[in-house]
Amino acid sequence: MATSTTQSRAGRRLPDSPRTPRRVGFSQKLSRWDVKVSPYLYISPFFILFGLTGLFPLAYTAYVSVYDWHLLGGQGDFVGFENFAFVFQEPNFWKGLRNTFSIFLLSTIPQLMVAIVLAALLDANLRAKTFWRMGVLVPYVIAPVAVSLIFGKIFADQSGLANSILGTFGVEPIRWHGSVLPSHMAVATMVNFRWTGYNTLILLAAMQAVPRELYEAAVIDGATRLRQFFSITIPQIRPTLIFVVITSTIGGLQIFDEPRLFDQIGQGGPGRQWMTVTMYIYELGFGNQKSFGRAAAVAWVLFLIILAVGLLNFWLTQRIASDATPQARKSRRKKVKR
Amino acid sequence: MRKTTRKAWALAAGVTSIALVATACSSSDDPGEGDETADGGNITLTVATFNEFGYTDEMFDRYEAEHPGVTIEQKVAATSNEARENLNTRLAAGSGTADIEAIEVDWLPELLQYPDYFEDLSSPEVEGRWLDWKVQQATTADGKLIGYGTDIGPEGIAYRADLFQAAGLPADREAVAELFGGESATWEKFFEVGKTYTSATGKPFFDSAAAIYQGMVNQEEAAYEDPDSGDVIALENPRVKEMYEQVTTAAVGDNLSAHFEQWQPDWQNAFQNDGFAVMLAPGWMLGVIAGNAAGVTGWDLADVFPGGAGNWGGSFLTVPSQGANVEAAKELAAWLTAPEQQIEAFQNKGTFPSQVEALESDEIKSATNEFFNNAPVGEILANRAQGVVVPFKGPQYFTVQDAINNAITQVDVNGADAAAEWATFEGVVQGLG
Repeated sequence: MATSTTQSRAGRRLPDSPRTPRRVGFSQKLSRWDVKVSPYLYISPFFILFGLTGLFPLAYTAYVSVYDWHLLGGQGDFVGFENFAFVFQEPNFWKGLRNTFSIFLLSTIPQLMVAIVLAALLDANLRAKTFWRMGVLVPYVIAPVAVSLIFGKIFADQSGLANSILGTFGVEPIRWHGSVLPSHMAVATMVNFRWTGYNTLILLAAMQAVPRELYEAAVIDGATRLRQFFSITIPQIRPTLIFVVITSTIGGLQIFDEPRLFDQIGQGGPGRQWMTVTMYIYELGFGNQKSFGRAAAVAWVLFLIILAVGLLNFWLTQRIASDATPQARKSRRKKVKR
Repeated sequence: MRKTTRKAWALAAGVTSIALVATACSSSDDPGEGDETADGGNITLTVATFNEFGYTDEMFDRYEAEHPGVTIEQKVAATSNEARENLNTRLAAGSGTADIEAIEVDWLPELLQYPDYFEDLSSPEVEGRWLDWKVQQATTADGKLIGYGTDIGPEGIAYRADLFQAAGLPADREAVAELFGGESATWEKFFEVGKTYTSATGKPFFDSAAAIYQGMVNQEEAAYEDPDSGDVIALENPRVKEMYEQVTTAAVGDNLSAHFEQWQPDWQNAFQNDGFAVMLAPGWMLGVIAGNAAGVTGWDLADVFPGGAGNWGGSFLTVPSQGANVEAAKELAAWLTAPEQQIEAFQNKGTFPSQVEALESDEIKSATNEFFNNAPVGEILANRAQGVVVPFKGPQYFTVQDAINNAITQVDVNGADAAAEWATFEGVVQGLG
């Protein structure tokens, strides 16, 4: 686009050049501005919005992170990278990081797998399609606080439903709040309960857009259901899959509501068994320390981590899904020729 | 090559923006009061409290009837931690606090550092209304009063008479007071009784080690901070470690604890299942026990407390300056903390008044509590208030208390190693500042 603009301008100027005009008419100036500026104006809303809601907070957080900044006391002295240094030697930060990744993996992976399978089932020819499709979204509509209340009762250490069910099979009661891994599993269950249906619907929408002829052709070729799923469905919904993986990554690494509401106190357990990084940010900023500077430092670290994991996931999903892609493309081309 | 970098940048920008949008979504906003007009019109006053303050809708209705145009909304947080975070966040944001915010004595000191956020409540009308030390706690160095005292927390021992009897211990409240040592009751004696009970029944004696520690630390004049310099001395003060060891040994070593964390579902359920036999009970806890143990008979209150008198908690009502109806809020706060209303709150939920006049009133002296086997709770708590030591609590008090509370809970509830948890606590204290 940029090249064509310069060309046309150069083309217009050529005949004028020997005359060296003294005065340029305002309208001509205006039209030159129009050519130069308008394209940028047209695309500016996105950038302005992005700047206001994205870039500015990001930059301002970076600014806050190098200051001694108290919640109630306000801005203090410039301290450079002291906040980062402090945070890195805090055991709770590392615990938070461990918990975040553990909960993220325990929730995102099974969640997406179940979501794909569910979506594939819902994509099939079912009776009362809409009913089932709406059904999977119901958990998403329930407020997180309600979800936490219900699951808090289920996963109570001594009087909870989960343990009494396990007890009937002779399993020792599990310390859902006391031990690290069980607490992560309990929190992940809450997350999965809420988000699986949401992801299912997105994937279902993508599956609906897959051309039916592909399946017909596959059936004629004698491909099994399973083969169709792996060779047609998965490659065809790749862009959506990437989208879902990236949003889940971001959501998973920022997990806050469910673990915070997992007990009354909301600190992530007395030994910080299930405190995530986002909760740690909240604790630094609004809890006992009330240090916005340190909270901002962790926020930035988390941002970089999410960016890194997001890119890694993008690369991975592309790799996984692209094995089958050329074939899929080929088959489509073949079909067109036919 | 170039294409890939550009693509990567686009992706990075995309990821960034999604990340940021997702972050922005997580903030929760509070519905503001709709019908707020200037003086004269209809106003809504919000009162934010936590746990149990004993203020009933009926009391607010009465106030509304006496003050046409005033509507009162009560917001109750489940725990004081939650109330504290709410308040701090909204003070910093410059909006969103309730017109009247209740604060607990443990986190009052950190707010006293920023008195500008609150209205000065001192006035000739309320002078001499409270116990001197109660007023002192909420007064800044230059004499600004930021909170009206509500209740104080003199502690007795609440116990299950029926379970005591079953264990072969006396059940009568005077005899139980003697059992714990009467006037010269000590914590050693308390744990000894516990051992007798536990060995006789095989059941846990008290509910939570952290609660017992809370009772002990409230008897220390300066547990965590030096009153003169303000330095944190929690690690140098030998008493802190002594108490920690005493409590964890009794709870886990002698297995006297029911291993609960207070306020958690398990703890709440245990009231219905005879989970434990005694609790340290400041006045405001009586309402909590009666609520959780509804339908359970046998609770009683003994006029005794180990290690001398102890005061657990107690709160204040403040008026944040950011409110739209500061004057009306002051008036309501003064009304709520007036002797008559505090007597009523005591009768409702057992929150023991801090007002001199209320403490001398017949209503308090003659108050009994049906749930606690008609124990003369007013008289008992008034006795328990004698000789209360007012501990020094500086700006770091809450933080240190929170950290040691976590350590004790880890040992008591989750079976962690006491020495390792002490080391964690040390780490937190060293990281302060």
